[in-house]
Amino acid sequence: MRFAVALPILTVVLVLSAMIALLVGAVAIAPLDVWSAIWGRGDSVSGAIVRDLRLPRVIGAALVGGALAVAGAMLQGLLRNPLADPYVTGTSAGASLFAVIAFALGASVFPAALPVAAFAGALVAALIVWRLASLGGRTTVLTVLLAGVVLSSFTGAIVTLILVASDRIVLRLRAVLSWLLGGISVLDETQLALVAVIVIAATVAAIALAPRIDAFAFGEETAATLGIDVQRTTASILAVVALLVGAAVALGGVIGFVGLVVPHALRPFVGALHARLVPACFLLGASTLVLADLGARIFLAPAELPVGVVTGLVGGPFFFALLLRQRRRIVV
Amino acid sequence: MTALVARDVTAGYDDRIVLRGCDVELSAGALVAIVGPNGAGKSTLLRVLAGLVAPRGGTVALDGRDLSTFDRRALARRVAVVPQIFDTVFPLTVREVVALGRTARLGLFGRVSGDDTAAVDRAIADLDLGSLAERRIDTLSGGERQRAVLAMALAQDADVLLLDEPTSHLDPAHQLATLGLVRRLIAQRGLAACAVLHDLNLAAVMAQRIAVLVAGRIVREGTPAEVLRGDLVSSVFGDRLVVVEHDGHPAVLPRAEVRA
Repeated sequence: MRFAVALPILTVVLVLSAMIALLVGAVAIAPLDVWSAIWGRGDSVSGAIVRDLRLPRVIGAALVGGALAVAGAMLQGLLRNPLADPYVTGTSAGASLFAVIAFALGASVFPAALPVAAFAGALVAALIVWRLASLGGRTTVLTVLLAGVVLSSFTGAIVTLILVASDRIVLRLRAVLSWLLGGISVLDETQLALVAVIVIAATVAAIALAPRIDAFAFGEETAATLGIDVQRTTASILAVVALLVGAAVALGGVIGFVGLVVPHALRPFVGALHARLVPACFLLGASTLVLADLGARIFLAPAELPVGVVTGLVGGPFFFALLLRQRRRIVV
Repeated sequence: MTALVARDVTAGYDDRIVLRGCDVELSAGALVAIVGPNGAGKSTLLRVLAGLVAPRGGTVALDGRDLSTFDRRALARRVAVVPQIFDTVFPLTVREVVALGRTARLGLFGRVSGDDTAAVDRAIADLDLGSLAERRIDTLSGGERQRAVLAMALAQDADVLLLDEPTSHLDPAHQLATLGLVRRLIAQRGLAACAVLHDLNLAAVMAQRIAVLVAGRIVREGTPAEVLRGDLVSSVFGDRLVVVEHDGHPAVLPRAEVRA
């Protein structure tokens, strides 16, 4: 399929997903009332539900899903590893650790505190994974996964320690836990706007970096002979990934597999060039998480599942299938 | 006239010295073959010439200007490298792979100019890849893939071409065809070229000069007839090989008693 065809289709899919997510919920509201509520008309109850609950949630899910999918495509391109994504590499776990620390220190009263802390955590984790992955001069599929496993369990242990030890968090343990398991929780409009600015700016940066990520297709050394300053480009890519993951984790906690599945689903249609893959990933990642979040809201309604459970149920088997297909390429 | 000249180069990794006092001179229109036993430092020498490994001693200069003073983008416009590894996990098409050769010339946000498109088209035509241009690279045979990566390097429009074992994945007929093509392009465009080759006979037929690298030192350098002589071949590669003359070129063959 041509990119010129794929992009409008993906845009329509996103708009439709968002409309469905706005229409469906625990309280039944007629479509026309939803429409008037978005524009601030209609009665106050449905207005409050749509404008204050559903709309921020849909926008938040779209931003988080888009950010994770773009970050996944960039990590896969940089590490030349089809199994890399923010979750598998432990980048999300690193972001969540720093976010929980910020939370425990009481920094969550500032809207920027969580995204900034999560960005720092994602950056540290991404640097560690990249360093481990390129030890011995060669990035292998397996070392990236092992590094991710180690990082995730190590940060998980510290997070648990903080959860239990911190008085501040114990009081809100349930809320913090559901966020950690992957749940879109929009604290206020300022935070949502901040995350939106970060995600959109980082996605534009990712598109600008796209031709340089392409040049990594045959490895770092060939990237260098093609004219890429490997260190500077790697640093830029990791920084953009950290911005995306930090923003996503601040809003949605640790949500698995969106960043893994979406780029794979798109490459057969839009090709492997990142200038096309990145915008397509943003759109499909956003739709995917909007729908997954809708599923999380309605499967056990009125109770709510963490959206990470939904993406895990779908993404886990997909990951195994990919791993089996990659078996012959894996180098220990 | 383009010239890439390495003088008295010493190089290595960490605490390991791989090359000692190597001199190599590449000049326009000629192919220099680097041959030698496994582990002699052939690939390292090529990486030094490509500016990927900085020499610890000695100098490498392109038209008199030290290689270390070029940034990667500027260097990629002058020196192209055909990599040995051409495995990729992502399904790029042949045209997309060839277009990677233009990376150093792209504008902001990867804007492609008319020159870029023309260079890609020409490289595709040069390597007879027209019918494969829209195919995914992971669906090609080893020889076709080799040609695609060679086209990528040609699309760089560089005046120095460095090849790391460009024929290692090819059968004898394709080895000859590919190196013959490389040789023709080198002559037509006045490229200064250097190839690491395993096959001494290919080196004898294709290269204007041969440098023999043993344990990090160039032990002999000259025309194929000057270099590939019985005494040198047996001292470097062992006494199971014999040098004969064939079609006016030296040819290296196993001795009959090896079979016994």
